Amino acid sequence: MDLTTTYLGKKLKNPIVPSASPLSYSLDSMKQLEDAGASAIVMYSLFEEQIAHERSELLHYLSHGTESYAEALTYFPEIQQYNTGPEEYLEHIQKAKKTLGIPIIGSLNGVSVGGWIEYAKKIQDAGADALELNIYYIPTNPDVSSTELENKYLEVVKTVKKSVTIPVAVKLSAFFTTMANMARKFDNIGIDGLVLFNRFYQPDIDLETLEIEPNVILSSPQALRLPMRWIAILHGQIKANLAASSGIHNGDDVLKMLMAGADVTMMCSALLKYGPEHIKKTLTEVERWMDEHEYVSVQQLKGSMSQKSVADPAAFERANYMKSLHSYK
Amino acid sequence: MKQNRTMVTIDGNEAAAYVAHKTNEVIAIYPITPSSNMGEWSDEWSALGKRNLWGTIPQVIEMQSEGGAAGAVHGALQTGALSTTFTSAQGLLLMIPNMFKIAGELTSTVFHIAARTVATHALSIFGEHSDVMAARSTGWAMLSSNSLQEIMDFALIAQAATLESRIPFIHFFDGFRSSHEVMKIEQLTEDDMRTMINDELIRAHRSRAMSPDRPVLRGTAQNPDVYFQARETVNPFYDACPAIIEKTMRKFEQMVGRKYELFQYVGSPDAERIIIMMGSGAEAAHETVEHLNQKGEKIGLLKVRLFRPFSMEHFLKAIPKSVKNIAVLDRTKEPGATGEPLYQDVVTTISEAFINNNLPFSYPKIIGGRYGLSSKEFTPAMVKTVFDEMKKTQPKNHFNVGINDDVTKTSLEYDLSFTTESDDVVRAIFFGLGADGTVSANKNSIKIIGEDTDFYAQGYFVYDSKKSGSTTISHLRFGPRPIHSTYLIDKASFIACHQWFFLEKYDVLKTAIKGATFLLNSLYGPNEVWDKLPRHIQKQIIDKKIKLYVIDAYNVGRQTGMGTRINTIMQTCFFAISGVLPKDDAIAAIKHSIEKTYGKKGADIVTQNFEAVDQTLANLFEVKIPDKVTSNIEMPPIVSLQAPDYVKNVLGKIVAGNGDELPVSAMPIDGTFPTATAQWEKRNIALEIPVWESEICIQCNKCVMVCPHAAIRAKVYDSKFLDKAPATFKSIDFKGTEYKGMKYTIQIAPEDCTECGLCVDICPAKSKSETKVKAINMKPQPPIRESERLNYDFFLNIPDIDRRTVKVDTIKGSQFLRPLFEYSGACAGCGETPYIKLVTQLFGDRTIIANATGCSSIYGGNLPTTPYCVDINGRGPTWSNSLFEDNAEFGLGMRLTVDKHTEMAKELVEKLKSQIGETLANELLTADQKDEAGIYTQRERVQILKDKLKNISSPEAKSLLSLCDNLVKRSVWIIGGDGWAYDIGYGGLDHVIATGKNVNILVLDTEVYSNTGGQMSKATSRSAIAKFAANGKPTAKKDLGLLAMAYGNVYVATVAMGSNDLQTLRVFIEAEAYNGPSIIIAYSHCIAHGINMTRGMQNQKLAVETGYFPLYRYNPMLTLEGKNPFKLDSKAPSRKLKEFTDLETRFKMLEKSYPERAKELGALAQSDIETRWKMYEHLARGNDNSAQK
Repeated sequence: MDLTTTYLGKKLKNPIVPSASPLSYSLDSMKQLEDAGASAIVMYSLFEEQIAHERSELLHYLSHGTESYAEALTYFPEIQQYNTGPEEYLEHIQKAKKTLGIPIIGSLNGVSVGGWIEYAKKIQDAGADALELNIYYIPTNPDVSSTELENKYLEVVKTVKKSVTIPVAVKLSAFFTTMANMARKFDNIGIDGLVLFNRFYQPDIDLETLEIEPNVILSSPQALRLPMRWIAILHGQIKANLAASSGIHNGDDVLKMLMAGADVTMMCSALLKYGPEHIKKTLTEVERWMDEHEYVSVQQLKGSMSQKSVADPAAFERANYMKSLHSYK
Repeated sequence: MKQNRTMVTIDGNEAAAYVAHKTNEVIAIYPITPSSNMGEWSDEWSALGKRNLWGTIPQVIEMQSEGGAAGAVHGALQTGALSTTFTSAQGLLLMIPNMFKIAGELTSTVFHIAARTVATHALSIFGEHSDVMAARSTGWAMLSSNSLQEIMDFALIAQAATLESRIPFIHFFDGFRSSHEVMKIEQLTEDDMRTMINDELIRAHRSRAMSPDRPVLRGTAQNPDVYFQARETVNPFYDACPAIIEKTMRKFEQMVGRKYELFQYVGSPDAERIIIMMGSGAEAAHETVEHLNQKGEKIGLLKVRLFRPFSMEHFLKAIPKSVKNIAVLDRTKEPGATGEPLYQDVVTTISEAFINNNLPFSYPKIIGGRYGLSSKEFTPAMVKTVFDEMKKTQPKNHFNVGINDDVTKTSLEYDLSFTTESDDVVRAIFFGLGADGTVSANKNSIKIIGEDTDFYAQGYFVYDSKKSGSTTISHLRFGPRPIHSTYLIDKASFIACHQWFFLEKYDVLKTAIKGATFLLNSLYGPNEVWDKLPRHIQKQIIDKKIKLYVIDAYNVGRQTGMGTRINTIMQTCFFAISGVLPKDDAIAAIKHSIEKTYGKKGADIVTQNFEAVDQTLANLFEVKIPDKVTSNIEMPPIVSLQAPDYVKNVLGKIVAGNGDELPVSAMPIDGTFPTATAQWEKRNIALEIPVWESEICIQCNKCVMVCPHAAIRAKVYDSKFLDKAPATFKSIDFKGTEYKGMKYTIQIAPEDCTECGLCVDICPAKSKSETKVKAINMKPQPPIRESERLNYDFFLNIPDIDRRTVKVDTIKGSQFLRPLFEYSGACAGCGETPYIKLVTQLFGDRTIIANATGCSSIYGGNLPTTPYCVDINGRGPTWSNSLFEDNAEFGLGMRLTVDKHTEMAKELVEKLKSQIGETLANELLTADQKDEAGIYTQRERVQILKDKLKNISSPEAKSLLSLCDNLVKRSVWIIGGDGWAYDIGYGGLDHVIATGKNVNILVLDTEVYSNTGGQMSKATSRSAIAKFAANGKPTAKKDLGLLAMAYGNVYVATVAMGSNDLQTLRVFIEAEAYNGPSIIIAYSHCIAHGINMTRGMQNQKLAVETGYFPLYRYNPMLTLEGKNPFKLDSKAPSRKLKEFTDLETRFKMLEKSYPERAKELGALAQSDIETRWKMYEHLARGNDNSAQK
């Protein structure tokens, strides 16, 4: 049975790729992912804003209270060399490349144009096989129109694409007014892959402390419906690879996404919940189903139930109301 | 041999450490101001892998005390290593026993000493020679460096000479004046050092070492028969030593060109009057001698470089034959002696030569005097007056200079206007705040000028004793020649005032010369500023024709993202207008320096600083000076007019920075001061203060409990007291049953608050309609200062609640008790002071405190004022500090007195029963003083007793009268930091708890030596970076509590107020109530952790939740009830350690500098926590299975 697929110019041994998550913090867990069958790994994201923040925070605390009191002119030893930049992240990519045999995809969240370019190049130089842009922007300003925002996204992607030679994917939010049009625009820039979708941190309210708590909730299997719909719609309409992300928890989910048209399926929550070994289980489920249903390759599956390929293309376009009428009928 | 040596701009400590690290193999260190930095440099260099001359990285080890360091060095030397240490003051005294041994065994080593005052009537961290003079009998050679260049040179000369002479060397230089002065000097090269140090002698040193391959016995005990003879065997070595040093100095001279003599004479070859002295003061004297000789005087100066062995021969040769008068100046005092040490040596030498008929000159008149104790200024004016005194027919002997001794009239008067300053030297004074980066900027300017130009540069920095809102005054000189001015600038050509409010606090233009430049950081622009200036400033600007420039640095800071660190901005202004360098060159140099400093830290930070430089130039304006004084703004009184006279006239002068003007008669004779004085020093350092929203408040009093400065208080009181309340005074009904019908107020002390924000952070009450509004919120201080000041005065005058009615075991209740520790100078947001304040609230009116040296002794007892205060009856904590190492013993002594005097008083009551009345006597003897009511009643009885005793004339009655206060229960508290409790004082602490006596030990555990700048202690946790642990502490924190529990009869508890305030409160009550030794280990967040101090209590909470600092109580009383005495008060760790360590720079820094090591140590630290928790759980399970699950 041929489980191989192609994503961002690389031939992958199967369609399961762990997405950016704490599982890529350590080489050990990355190795476990590889051993469990991951065909590539997207690294956790390098946040430009965090680097800048940590840098100024460190400078502040190293000098806070110094040169004020005669007996304690400083509070820390003079450390000659320390990293306040992305060095740790880049070294981590280098080590991962040396230790692992599967492709490593860097992930970047920038703020400034300079930052996007600088860090993208550094990630490339560190040996990443491809780069995923984690564009994370919550448009809170009521004076910013969707066009302005969309242009901003496109500008960033264009700039990064120009500055590196490795393939570049964009992980998108689901909240574009015209998703298909945006995908087309990214495609026109020459983007190599679209990852659908990014799940933002959703703040929560703590009723005891009356504080807003940043809170990550692991995805539920239901979350896969949204990317599945859009992958099905976009499949065949754009040149870029499609990666499905959100709600992929088991073999059935992987199969559904592939059928919708994904080139790869990205897992995160399920791996955090059940551990790297879960990949193996999922692959077995995929293989078993394919075997039972006499599919011989992932290629066969891919897009077999995309909007273009299904008997009722309108099903992907209907909202709940229509659907209920339909079922009534 | 001519070498290309670089010029470096460094301080004296670095100069000494540079040579020491290059020429040693084993370095044992211990922190003590002002020598700590030498150890810090050594540790940092070794951590960075810097190697010594022979290619190995010196092993640097921190010991538990200076005594330990000396012992380790002694052992290292005995086994053949090249070994050294660094110390000062009491530290040197702790080394003396080993120093006798090291000298007795003729062992080569050099100890580098930043000479500092040995504590007498008071501790002082500043420079003088009392420490090295106390060590002069040890048999060590003593070599004195007067300047920074000499420190580097003599460090090497001493190292070379000790190896050849086999006599160990004390290489000393003046604390602060030399150890902390920053100056441009020539750096010796490794080749220089190799040339000077003979490797053959090192091999000889090793060949004398102990080795089982050629065993010897050393360190024997000897009897009267031979000890004496053996002691005399060393004489030839001492005889030879001066010539060896002279030879070494010659060799050094040939190599680098600088000429040194054992006794170096400067001045007129036919001088009749000469001064003999050593140390940094000799530089000022040198400058004065040259200045006066140029004006026609014939005077001279003999700089003593080698004080021991004192070479009479070299001494006599060095003095010009024309001499008629000699004044010997000592920077030390030996009460009761015939004179200070150098004076005695000079007199002895000259007398001996005279008697032996080999005095090369006529017998001169010799006088001796003291100067410069505790870094007291020693200026050319003082030097001149000493020369003038020698002219007199009856010159004063045993004089002092630099102060006004109006008691025994020993002082020489001097002419304040005399100066030797030259016009081609730029003399700049900068008034700044610690927090605004002024000193850093100035150090940077000195480096720029020192290293990028041919100019010589000198910087000296004066700090105040407060750790929050502290003022810094920088003194910078730049000139074409080497600078010898080892004194503060008192004729300034440039003055910068980096904070507007200094204008009303200090006479900043006092030292300005005519035509000086004045740079002012001003909210007001060039057109508005004049009318806002105080009158005395306007007047001086006009009278002295001062050029005034203004910049709104905070605005530029805001615009360029620099925030409140205005260092780069003010530095740019200085270069732009001082003329020390051409403006464009100066700006280019600043930018170059910014790139050097911040380049590695990120391009964005460099850009931000560049932007600040450019914006500064665009916002710096010269002010057109009107010809008339227009201002009516006068300097407000420095302390309140309501203050007692002593505070106004003495302490107030110190507060104002004019302590130098106080005469001897103003000072107490035995170091005793009144308490309750901090209240008069209104510092107004907060830009924002908390404001109470009474309708949101839930009256929990948590804000009051956490306030480190007692600047937010709660009161419950009868509504009748509100009659004359100020209009803005807030008051609400008390919520709860105990004081139903009464009123409740939270009040802020607006002028004492330090803006730390702990109160707002801890406040749990939020507005129902807008959760960002709490029951207290920070608001700008200036608009409400006046109204809140009135409110606070009114609040203080409302009577405190009767202590007998207070539920002391609740947070709410306990916080109605008046704190008897207020407005300390501790850091804003200090984690220690809330615990001390709690002690004073609960027991302050009957507390005796023994305080170890450290942060708590500085904010507790550094002049001018003390935060310890008194209640309405005049009772309050009585406080003393002995030393660093002996605090537990010191406190035990206090307990012994209390116990003995209580026992004596009881015996006398028994004896006098018939006269004072049987009932009263019995009540006095059997009083139950377990609670406030019992204590109150006993105090009433004692008062009755006193009234009766006054009418009884027997000796027993008089004796009882002087002892009867001890019939009221006393509470002895032994307070100190972890450096004391875990390290230097541990032996004493262990002994004291083992005695079973009723003392309460409070360990303020910041996990580093905070007061000396954050050096590692045994309380430091694994993986934390600290000084002396520059690459992370490799071992786990010592479990002091567990060690104390091992005795079984010691009350032991850990507390972290930010985690569980109620447990903290109960621990303090239980510990005090326990009739035996108790020890409380109090987790104290600290500025040395590199944390957001506003969130300090949250860090404490996380420390407990991650298991980093578990809370427990071990109460021996429970054993008596058959219960397990050990109880865990915190829950099993629910979060990973990393969540806590990510919040603190001390841990974060290791990740950034040594990521792999950070991971490795971090994992071990996590496992430390888990192992310890399991053990505690096991202990808590004990017999009764009461462990928290």
